[in-house]
Amino acid sequence: MAGSTLEIKDLHVSIEDKEILKGVNLTIKGGEFHAIMGPNGTGKSTLASAIMGHPKYEVTQGSILLDGEDVLEMEVDERARAGLFLAMQYPSEISGVTTSDFLRSSINARRGEGNEIPLMKFIKEMDNTLDFLDIDKNMAQRYLNEGFSGGEKKRNEILQLMLMKPEIAILDEIDSGLDIDALKVVSKGINKMRNENFGCLIITHYQRLLNYVTPDYVHVMMQGKVVKSGGPELAKRLEDEGYEWLRDELGIEIVEDEETAEQNA
Amino acid sequence: MTVETKLPYDKEYIEQFSQKRQEPEWMKQLRLQAMEQAKNLPMPEPDKTKITKWNFTQFNHDFGTGEAVSLKELPAEIKDYFDQEQLPENLLIQRNQSVAFASLSEDLKAKGVIFTDIFTALKEHENLVKRYYMKDAVSVDEHRLTALHAALMNGGVFVYVPKNVEVEVPLQVMFWNENPEIAYFNHVLVVADENSSLTYVENYISHNDDEAVANIVTEVIAHNNAKISFGAVDNFAKGTTTYINRRGIAYRDATVDWALGQMNDGNTISENITNLLGDNSNSFAKTVTVGRGKQTQNITAKIVNWGKNSEGNILQHGVMKDQATNIFNGIGRIEHGASGANAQQTSRVLMLSERARGDANPILLIEEDDVMAGHAASVGRVDPLQLYYLMSRGITKAEAERLIIHGFLEPVVSQLPIESVKKQLTQVIERKVY
Repeated sequence: MAGSTLEIKDLHVSIEDKEILKGVNLTIKGGEFHAIMGPNGTGKSTLASAIMGHPKYEVTQGSILLDGEDVLEMEVDERARAGLFLAMQYPSEISGVTTSDFLRSSINARRGEGNEIPLMKFIKEMDNTLDFLDIDKNMAQRYLNEGFSGGEKKRNEILQLMLMKPEIAILDEIDSGLDIDALKVVSKGINKMRNENFGCLIITHYQRLLNYVTPDYVHVMMQGKVVKSGGPELAKRLEDEGYEWLRDELGIEIVEDEETAEQNA
Repeated sequence: MTVETKLPYDKEYIEQFSQKRQEPEWMKQLRLQAMEQAKNLPMPEPDKTKITKWNFTQFNHDFGTGEAVSLKELPAEIKDYFDQEQLPENLLIQRNQSVAFASLSEDLKAKGVIFTDIFTALKEHENLVKRYYMKDAVSVDEHRLTALHAALMNGGVFVYVPKNVEVEVPLQVMFWNENPEIAYFNHVLVVADENSSLTYVENYISHNDDEAVANIVTEVIAHNNAKISFGAVDNFAKGTTTYINRRGIAYRDATVDWALGQMNDGNTISENITNLLGDNSNSFAKTVTVGRGKQTQNITAKIVNWGKNSEGNILQHGVMKDQATNIFNGIGRIEHGASGANAQQTSRVLMLSERARGDANPILLIEEDDVMAGHAASVGRVDPLQLYYLMSRGITKAEAERLIIHGFLEPVVSQLPIESVKKQLTQVIERKVY
């Protein structure tokens, strides 16, 4: 089997003593694209943050394994070096650190000491990727995310994804706030990554992105659990009919307060 | 409250000192008068820092000379401040209290630019020095330390750029203090005449961990439509108690910009005041500092808007570790009549240890209606979400912190116009933070 495998088993996650995830099970293998959909406030972003090790989220039960290794035992940076990548919904702004310096540090962190990327090779790869994603070359010299528009931040996340070449990537609402042109560019980047060694978990609120990036599996999250899984046709049905039929089918009441809990996180 | 303090040097000493340097009579009189004034003037009272126990008055003032050197013979730590491939055209090295090296390009000489040590300037350009020396910018009688400075001035530099002359290559000065005991009473006087421009960069380097005193006054004067860009890296050693006063004056349409890397290891009082006297004059005062050990620093940046449509910007960033204390005072003052003026400031302190102390005091004093003003101040720790973001790309926590700290100090580092000085400041920061 090619690529890595990320296994999430019975994952329970709390933030400030409030349980958001209530037993998530999911396995992502190299070569597979998974999409997680669901209404706001059902724990989609919490899942992404918990996998990466966001300091505010506490895993209270369950496990996350990457090729059998216990991810929950790893520091955030170790998870990244093990091959995980999270394209964040709200990337931090880091003043005084140029995007280019940050990219090089990130790439070298994965490659390890003594195996740093040669400067010219780095510049060439970065320039090519900037072009591919239709990003102004000046961005490389701007401070990381500082003063970036929403669209620029998302493109920058995809730029990092493409340069870092992780084994498993999680894209947390990479499509939010993007106009259609930017959405196409971002999708082009994600599709370029597709190969048997790369697994991807796409978290999205809308079907829109899935018109450009076709998932192999679609999962629906509600109330902190994966409540339904299927193929691309599931996303299509959700787009056409909304979540009501699913709520009815599963007998789920809408609980609005979780939305605020997640957004404040 | 003034307490009569016994000062270590008397009238006779100063007369001899002045005579030995063959100073003009007015200079000698200025010194003697200042010594009298010093006896009764109060010490400065920096906001929120008690300096009553700091030693500013007990020191060794004996004139120490440093041998002349060729640039090749300099120790590495000094050499690193300039580009070895292309030695600076305009460089002055003051070793202890005498000139060890001085060069100025023929082109600038021919245009009438003066770039020399203060004692030579007193001989060769007496009238120019007399016209500006402690007159319009810093007064002798502001407090005891300015008076002591005037009485005991024992080194420094004079820069004069004539009308309409643009100095494109930076003027660089190294104040290199090898002698662990000698007090540093350095005076720097930079004058840019109308429509002229220059970039000046100075570095203070000392190595003594023994007790010493630095009492430095710097006057920077930009006449109408002149532009001065002033950069500095201060790196006095732990034993040195420093008072450093950098004062700017900007006349009509003039610019005085500051980029100060204040990296002293000892207790420091720093005041950087710019008076925007002329209409449309402006100043951007940027300073960064790193505090470590048990040092206490009180750093004031103040810009006073007198001229209409004058614009003042202050940026102060500090990183505090160990048990260091740092007070940032940011003061924007708009005088009556300065309509259209703008006073902005930002002060931020990053705390790296539980026991460090940091304080940022923004003050706006506004006497005119039609103006803009704003301030931002914060004291905090490294943002855990920034760390998380960087670490999520595989960067270790230590390296992520390093990136954030360097980024935080970048506003001044990036402003320094000489690549080698930039690199040195980065290294000093590295050394102080880790």
